[in-house]
Amino acid sequence: MSSSEAHAATGPNAYLAHHFEDIGTQNYAVRLGMWLFLATEVLLFAGLFLGYTVYRWMYPDTFQAAAKLLDLNMGTLNTVVLITSSFTVAWAYHAIKVNEIKKGIGLLVFTIICAFGFLFIKYGEYTHKFHVGLLPGKWYAFTGDGAPPGPANIFFAIYFLTTGLHALHVIIGMTVLVFVLVRTLKGRYHKDNYVGVELGALYWHLVDLVWIFLFPLLYLI
Amino acid sequence: MDPSSRPQSTDASEAAEPQLPAISYLNQTRGLKSWLITLDHKRIALMYLVLTLVGFLIGGILAMGVRIEHLTPDETIMGANTYNRTFTLHAVAMIFLFMIPAIPGIFGNFLLPLMLGAKDVAFPRLNLLSVYVYVAGAALLVTSMATGGVDTGWTFYAPYSLSTPAELFPALMGVFIIGFSSILTGLNFIVTIHTMRPRGMTWMRMPLFVWGSYATSVIQILATPVIGLTAFITGIERVFGFGFFDPAKGGDPILFQHMFWFYSHPAVYIMILPAMGVISETVAAFSRKNVFGYSMVAYSSLGIAFVGFFAWGHHLYLSGQSSMDAGAFGIVSMLVGVFTAIKVFNWIGTLYRGSISLKTPFLYVCGFLYFVVFGGMTGIVFSTVSLDVFWHDTLFVVAHFHYIMVGATLMGFLAALHYWFPKLFGRMYHEGWGMVSAAFIIVGLSTTFIPMFFLGNMGAPRRYYMYAADGQSLNVAATAGAVLTAMGFVTIAIYLIYAIKNGKVAGDNPWGASGLEWKTSSPPPTENFHTTPIVDEDPYTYRKKGEEAEHVVI
Repeated sequence: MSSSEAHAATGPNAYLAHHFEDIGTQNYAVRLGMWLFLATEVLLFAGLFLGYTVYRWMYPDTFQAAAKLLDLNMGTLNTVVLITSSFTVAWAYHAIKVNEIKKGIGLLVFTIICAFGFLFIKYGEYTHKFHVGLLPGKWYAFTGDGAPPGPANIFFAIYFLTTGLHALHVIIGMTVLVFVLVRTLKGRYHKDNYVGVELGALYWHLVDLVWIFLFPLLYLI
Repeated sequence: MDPSSRPQSTDASEAAEPQLPAISYLNQTRGLKSWLITLDHKRIALMYLVLTLVGFLIGGILAMGVRIEHLTPDETIMGANTYNRTFTLHAVAMIFLFMIPAIPGIFGNFLLPLMLGAKDVAFPRLNLLSVYVYVAGAALLVTSMATGGVDTGWTFYAPYSLSTPAELFPALMGVFIIGFSSILTGLNFIVTIHTMRPRGMTWMRMPLFVWGSYATSVIQILATPVIGLTAFITGIERVFGFGFFDPAKGGDPILFQHMFWFYSHPAVYIMILPAMGVISETVAAFSRKNVFGYSMVAYSSLGIAFVGFFAWGHHLYLSGQSSMDAGAFGIVSMLVGVFTAIKVFNWIGTLYRGSISLKTPFLYVCGFLYFVVFGGMTGIVFSTVSLDVFWHDTLFVVAHFHYIMVGATLMGFLAALHYWFPKLFGRMYHEGWGMVSAAFIIVGLSTTFIPMFFLGNMGAPRRYYMYAADGQSLNVAATAGAVLTAMGFVTIAIYLIYAIKNGKVAGDNPWGASGLEWKTSSPPPTENFHTTPIVDEDPYTYRKKGEEAEHVVI
C-alpha cells in the first residue's frame, strides 16, 4: 500500500488505487475503459445489423411479411418498459451523486424490476413463436395465415439471434445493476464515490440503445 | 540539455561488476499462488511468455508435420484427412495462441507501464482476467485438437464448416473466448496510454513501441468483436441449425467471408504493428541514433491501423465481388504498402551514418527489414486484381503471408526477446549462440518459403497433401529450411533457459539505450520505479541535433 493511500483515507481519495496519481485520473480512466468496452459491444451487434441489412436487401418481401407475424403490442410495451428503466437508472445515478441514497436505492430497485418485466414479456413472445413454429433455420414450421414467401427462416434466425443476444445483455445488465445496488446498500456509493453507479448506468443505456434500433428494424418496417 | 542525462555505455571495465538487485518483481513474493493471482503487469507478462510459447510449440510441431508430409509427392506420413487437420490446427495455434497475443501480451504488458513511468497498467485485474480468458479459450482449442481436430482451414469458411463431420464447436467457441482476452488487453493498453503517462510525456514524446501498441489496441477493440460474433453464429448454426450462412436455407456464405475478413485482415496488423514498434526501438538502440522521422513512424502506425480496416475485400476477389469493389479494395490495400514503406525508409534513414553494433537483436532487425520488404512487395502484387486471380489459393499466397506473419513478426518477437531479455531477468544471454541461432532462423525461414514462391508460381495449390512430382526438389528444399529453423529455435530455447539462471549479470542498462525502461533496475522492482519519473526530453536521446555519431561499442 503506497503512502498516498495511507494519508488520504477520507473523501474521494479513499477510493484511489495505488497505481493512479489522483482520483480524477482514475475516474477518467475507468470511464474511458467503459466507453471503449461499449464500443466493442456496438461492433458486436454491428455484425448482426449487417446481416439484417444484407438479408433484407436479398429478401425484401419475405422480411416485410415476416415482420407482420411479430407481436407489435408486446414489442411496443417492451420498448416503453426499457426506456422507462433507462430513465430511472439515470435518475438513480443523479440521486446517489447528490447523496440522496434512499431515493437512489428505490430507483435502482425499480430499474431492476423493469428489467425483469422486459424479460418476462420477451419470454411470452418466445413461447408463442415456439408454439406456432416461427423459428430459425431447420426448425421453421409456420403454416398459419400470412405465411411469408421465401426463406422466412432467415428472418427468424436474425430475430432470435439479435433478440437473444440482447436478452443476454439484459441479464448481464441486471446482474451489474444488482451488484451496484448491493454496494449502494453497503454504503459504498455516495457523493464522494459514484463512478461505479455511472458505469452500471452506462451499460444499461447501451442495452436500451440496442433495443431502440432492434425494435423498428424488426417490428415496424 | 544536460549531457549526463543522455545514455552512457556501460563498459564492464570502467564500472564495477553489476549486481542483481536484492528484491525485484521476480522474488518479492514467492510461491505458485503469488504468481497465479498476481496483479503485477510484469509477472502477467511472464505468464503470457510461457503460455504463448506453448502455443508456438504446438503450432511448430504441426508445421513440421506438414513439411514432412511434403517430402514425397504422395502420402508420406499422413493421408488427406489428417493433413487437413494438421495444417488447420497449425494455423489456429500459431495465429490465435501465439501471433496475436505474443508481443502485446508479453512485451506490451511488461514494457508499457515501464516506458510510461507508471506503476502498473490501468486495470491490473482485467489484465489478470485476460490471461485466464486466454487459458480458457486455448483449452477449448486444444480440446478440439485432441478430440479429432478441425479440417476447414483456420478460415472456417461456410458452407463447408457447416457440413463437415469434424467437431467444430469447441474450436469456434475457443476463438470466440480468446477474442475477449485480446479485447481486454487492447482496452487496458489504450486506457493506460491515455491516463498513465508521466508528467512531461506528451504524445510526441512517447516511445514508438507505445505508438505501435496503441494502433494495435485500436484494431483489437474494434475488429475482434466481429470475429467473435462470426464464430459464435457459426457455432450456433452447427448446433442448432439456424441457417444464417447456409445457402441451402437461404443464407449467404459470402456474408460469412465479409464478416470473417473484417476481423481477420486487420488481425494481420495486430500481429505486425507491435513487431514494427519493437524494430523502431531496436534500430535506434543499435545504430546509436534517434529514430529518423519519428512523427512519420508514429503516425504511419495509425495509418496502417486505419486503412487496414478497409482492405478486407482483397480476400474476396474470386468470391463473386463486383469488379468495382475489387478495384476499390485493391487500391486501399496498396495504401498499406505506402505506410509500411514510410516506416522502412525511416528505419533505413536511422541506420544511415549511425554507429551500428552488430548484436543479436540487430541481426533480427536486418532479418525483419528483409522479410517485410519482400513480404510487403508480394502483398502489393496481390492487391492487383488481375495478378491475384492467377496466384489466388496457390503456395505463392502461403509464401507471401508467411514472409510477413512468420518472417517479419517472428523477427520482431525475437529481437524483442533478446533486446529486453536483460530487463526481464536481469541477466545476459550468450551473444555468440544468439548470432548463430539468428543466422539459422533467417536462412531457414528463407529456405522454407522461397521455394513456395516458385511452386505457387508454377500453379501448385495450397492445402493439398499431394503434389505433382516435378515439385519434389523444391518441396524437399522447403522441408530442409524448416529443419534449419527448428534447430535455430532449439538452440535459442537452450541458451535462454540457461541464461535465466546462469547468464552474466546484465546491469540496469546493458545496451546503453535511452528510454524509461532502462532507467530502473534489471529486473525492475514490483512498483517499477523508486521515484516517479518526470520526462523533459525526447523519447530517443542518443544524439543531439546536428551531432555526428559517437562511436560506442556496446
